[in-house]
Amino acid sequence: MSLIDVRDVWYSYGGGVMALNGVSLEITPGETIALIGQNGGGKTTLAKQFNGLLKPTRGQVLVKGVDTRNVPPNRLALTVGYVFQNPSHQIFSSKVWEEVAFGPKNAGLRPDQIEERTRWAIDAVRLSGFELTHPYDLDYGKMKLLTIASIMSMKPEVYCLDEPTTGQDHQGRRRVAELIRSLNKNGATVIAITHDMKFVAEVAKRIVLVAGGKIIADGQTRDIFEKTEILAEAQIRPPQITQLARALADHGVAPNLMTVKELADSIAGMI
Amino acid sequence: MPSDDVTVEVDGLTYSYPGHVPVLQDIKFRVLKGEMFGIIGPNGAGKSTLCKALNGLVPQFYGGTYGGTVTVAGMNTMKHTVADLSLKVGLVFQEPTNQFSGVSTRVDEEVAFGMSMMGFQREEMLRRISDALKEVGLEGLEERSPFELSGGQQQRLAIATVLAVRPEVIVMDEPTAQLDPVGKTEVLETMRALNREGYTIIVAEHEIEELATFADRIIALNEGRILFEGPTRAVLTRIEELKKIGVDPPSVTELSHVLAQRADLKPEAYPITLDEAIALYRDLLGGHAT
Repeated sequence: MSLIDVRDVWYSYGGGVMALNGVSLEITPGETIALIGQNGGGKTTLAKQFNGLLKPTRGQVLVKGVDTRNVPPNRLALTVGYVFQNPSHQIFSSKVWEEVAFGPKNAGLRPDQIEERTRWAIDAVRLSGFELTHPYDLDYGKMKLLTIASIMSMKPEVYCLDEPTTGQDHQGRRRVAELIRSLNKNGATVIAITHDMKFVAEVAKRIVLVAGGKIIADGQTRDIFEKTEILAEAQIRPPQITQLARALADHGVAPNLMTVKELADSIAGMI
Repeated sequence: MPSDDVTVEVDGLTYSYPGHVPVLQDIKFRVLKGEMFGIIGPNGAGKSTLCKALNGLVPQFYGGTYGGTVTVAGMNTMKHTVADLSLKVGLVFQEPTNQFSGVSTRVDEEVAFGMSMMGFQREEMLRRISDALKEVGLEGLEERSPFELSGGQQQRLAIATVLAVRPEVIVMDEPTAQLDPVGKTEVLETMRALNREGYTIIVAEHEIEELATFADRIIALNEGRILFEGPTRAVLTRIEELKKIGVDPPSVTELSHVLAQRADLKPEAYPITLDEAIALYRDLLGGHAT
């Protein structure tokens, strides 16, 4: 059974303009998905349907078979955790520990469970030592990791991360990539909204490309990066390595390579 | 080098915010007129503070402990007010909306706002507004609200507000960090065009693959110090040192480093742009074309 089933969803913020124009999408457990596309195209509006933050104007979203319209968002949050793009929209405690403990506490878990989950999440994002720090005293990268930890402590099945790499430096991006891989290895489904195609190549097996309130491409990352026309139309450039591989295709290089290692191995075998 | 070609001279700059440890230590570099000068380094390396030191905000607005000298367009930043300095050096922030006055309801008013604070005459202001908006490609949007613009348009408006003053140097602190790919391209193209027109641009930037295509020289900062400085190629081919401070070199440069032995490449021959890489590898694989 699909974990999230989006069936012909239309959505309007009011005023008649449709932000989503008939979107259908199925997400199965264990997937890593990058939601890409220019701002204003509908990525965030779509992602907010996954946990009931927004409910379809028309159509249906089923999370584990249940229509999001029939469940309050705080119940859905136990299944689908949403990390906002702007950390200040999410952070409201004055200490890192309290911020991460809030979810499990609010869900009515036992004190020892709260303790255990908070410890686990803080360690996983490598914020140990900062438990008593005020979240706003953390640098931007650590603040983003904190917002992920405060969702991790709820142990949702699905993580929805809105632009986890925006404003991050390269190290910050790498930490988020490692975290996503480890969450996914432990069974979580991860959906990340991002503009960073190098990051997409590193973490996402599937790409959903959203533009004009519609899904204009949906498939394996490698395959989508080969669809040059659709990408050009959406003004998205695949990773630099993929662009190089494609330019060398007439020399026998596979045009769908995505990482330095893949291309290095390929070329090393030819020179 | 003849000193009248130098527009920015930073000499022995050391700075701490009030009550903190130094965020910049013994910074020393020069920027020549017309250069596109890049500042790279991880977050927390001191890039933003350095940008603010170039127009006097550091230390005049922030206080703290300051040593060394910063001279921009012949003005010592300690001896002139930030208002005077802003006629010669414009600062563009990461978040365009942080730059907006918040009181203008139209794009052209926003550009006028900064100038009116500086006492420009109306006729001159109108001419400069029109010129500045044209230069950043926002002509036709004069009557829009700044807050209805896309991210890339907002950042170009922020650049226009700085341009209208016709400064000698434009400093940009991660101007593309918050933008989507279309916005990034718009802003990068605007930077390129302004530099071609002769503006000196100093930019702190994480988009190394882009910087590689247009920066003349780069300094790499780490923990408040200059780790190295030089022509773009010389800096971006120091793969191991860049990675050690958490900066990813361009992917094609990294690729060449991995293949260096096999392909018999010296670092100075590493490509730093996609076009260079395509040429190099087409050549290397030449005999194998299918």
